[in-house]
Amino acid sequence: MKRKLTFIMAGLLLGCASTGPAKGPEEDRNAMIKHYQQIFPDIKFENYIYGALAMNPDAKNQYDSFMEFPSYSIDLEKGKRMWESPFKNGKQFSSCFPNGGKNVAGNYPYFDNAVKRVVTFENAINACLKANGEQELKYGEKEMGLLTAYARSLSDGMNVNVKVEGSAALAAYEKGKAYYATRNGQLNFSCKSCHVQAAGKFIRSDQLSMMIGQASHWPEFRGGTDIVTLQGRFKQCEKNVRAKPKEADSEEYNNLEYYLTYMSNGLPMQTPVFRK
Amino acid sequence: MADAMKMRATMEGNVVDVKVLIQHPMDTGLMKDKNDKLIPAFFINQVVATLNGKTVLESQWGVGIAKNPFIGFRIKGGKPGDKVGINAVDNLGTKYDGEVVVA
Amino acid sequence: MNQLRRAFLKNAGAVGTFAIAIATGLFKPGAAFAAAWNNLAFTAKDPAEAMKNAGYGGATESSDIVIKAPDIAENGAVVPVTATSNIPGTTSMAIFVEKNPAPMIADFEFSNGAEPYISTRIKMAKTSIVRVTVKAGGKNYTSSREVKVTIGGCGG
Repeated sequence: MKRKLTFIMAGLLLGCASTGPAKGPEEDRNAMIKHYQQIFPDIKFENYIYGALAMNPDAKNQYDSFMEFPSYSIDLEKGKRMWESPFKNGKQFSSCFPNGGKNVAGNYPYFDNAVKRVVTFENAINACLKANGEQELKYGEKEMGLLTAYARSLSDGMNVNVKVEGSAALAAYEKGKAYYATRNGQLNFSCKSCHVQAAGKFIRSDQLSMMIGQASHWPEFRGGTDIVTLQGRFKQCEKNVRAKPKEADSEEYNNLEYYLTYMSNGLPMQTPVFRK
Repeated sequence: MADAMKMRATMEGNVVDVKVLIQHPMDTGLMKDKNDKLIPAFFINQVVATLNGKTVLESQWGVGIAKNPFIGFRIKGGKPGDKVGINAVDNLGTKYDGEVVVA
Repeated sequence: MNQLRRAFLKNAGAVGTFAIAIATGLFKPGAAFAAAWNNLAFTAKDPAEAMKNAGYGGATESSDIVIKAPDIAENGAVVPVTATSNIPGTTSMAIFVEKNPAPMIADFEFSNGAEPYISTRIKMAKTSIVRVTVKAGGKNYTSSREVKVTIGGCGG
């Protein structure tokens, strides 16, 4: 592993493709798409949702085989029961969301100007629990993962549709973007080092996915059986570069999720999915 | 246990294609837990499939079948409306039974 | 007499192993299944011994057994494998992973219209030959392919 990482680091030090000066989120996103189209001329934009699977037919075949009859189907039914179980006051989760929770997940995260912070789908779930006198769920943990795996599946097929409007929202977006590009940990990598500058290259036996298309399919069942939320994945990635991870629902991770999800705008959502 | 199993049976031409998923840890007996203690082997070891009550598949499994085991098999001569049954048991004697109607 | 039963009765002479099997909970007496679990085959550490104990000894190579498996497993804990026997008169099929601590994965017996076809997900400890053996017309046949298992980097 050391040799491969040294090679990548040398490559990064020698200077890599710059994505150019960005005026705003939409310019950032378009520039980023152009960047990946140069690295992966044969991968269509809509297949960016498959990440490294789009780069490797053998891997994609395994994914397709799993998705035909996923190992997590019965776990997902637990999430369904959680979503449908009435609260003590008789109401259900569906009463907290427009359209009963169908085709809404693509609008998250959003920036709430009233409370001046990014609001994630998990925040909305907990807000619903609180408003109905129920105990909130711990962020990034298994119960929240199973519930949101089902709840977000009600938005399957919906395009990611995150909005950044107004100066406060833009500031949060910019904070997320800066975090994404900041080197971290003993290995001194930023998210950008791997997923933008080294996308398509290998770290040991893992091929690095492009950042566009990453945020559209969470939570995931790793190995088909272990539920991981998006912010749970942020923690894992930070540990991988030997950095101390932040907490789920921290301001840093919420802003990061805001930025990252915006960058997947226009891509269809699917939850949950199998990953290695 | 009925809700520990998911089944689907559809026609593929004139053959019934059956897909079965059983919720089970399939512990090999070789892994250790957080306290460094060996997790004992705990796995489904026998599975029988039937078509309208008649045995079509008898199988024995070892610990090498993956967690939340999946099995797919095919039966010639089945038709929509037929019943496909699964009777499984693990090494501790717990039974897992399921049934599905061919679509 | 079905093949599973025959293999078990052949191995049941080893009473000591049988007793161990019950003690470790590997075999639950009184289960309503035709043949008792083939402990000798499932616990054999050597793939050839496992094959022999399962009743598939002396198998001839055959290209009429088709194995669909990945070149490189995404995750060694869940490797999708599909095996089909095109040999006429196939009555049973078994899967082995030669380099697993216990190479025998599973054994299947087909009757009353079940096709000699199995799709499942298996565990592989490391890069190994995946072998499928088949009994057809009383004779044993085999085929195999290598599946690579790599240990990640940051796949989580």
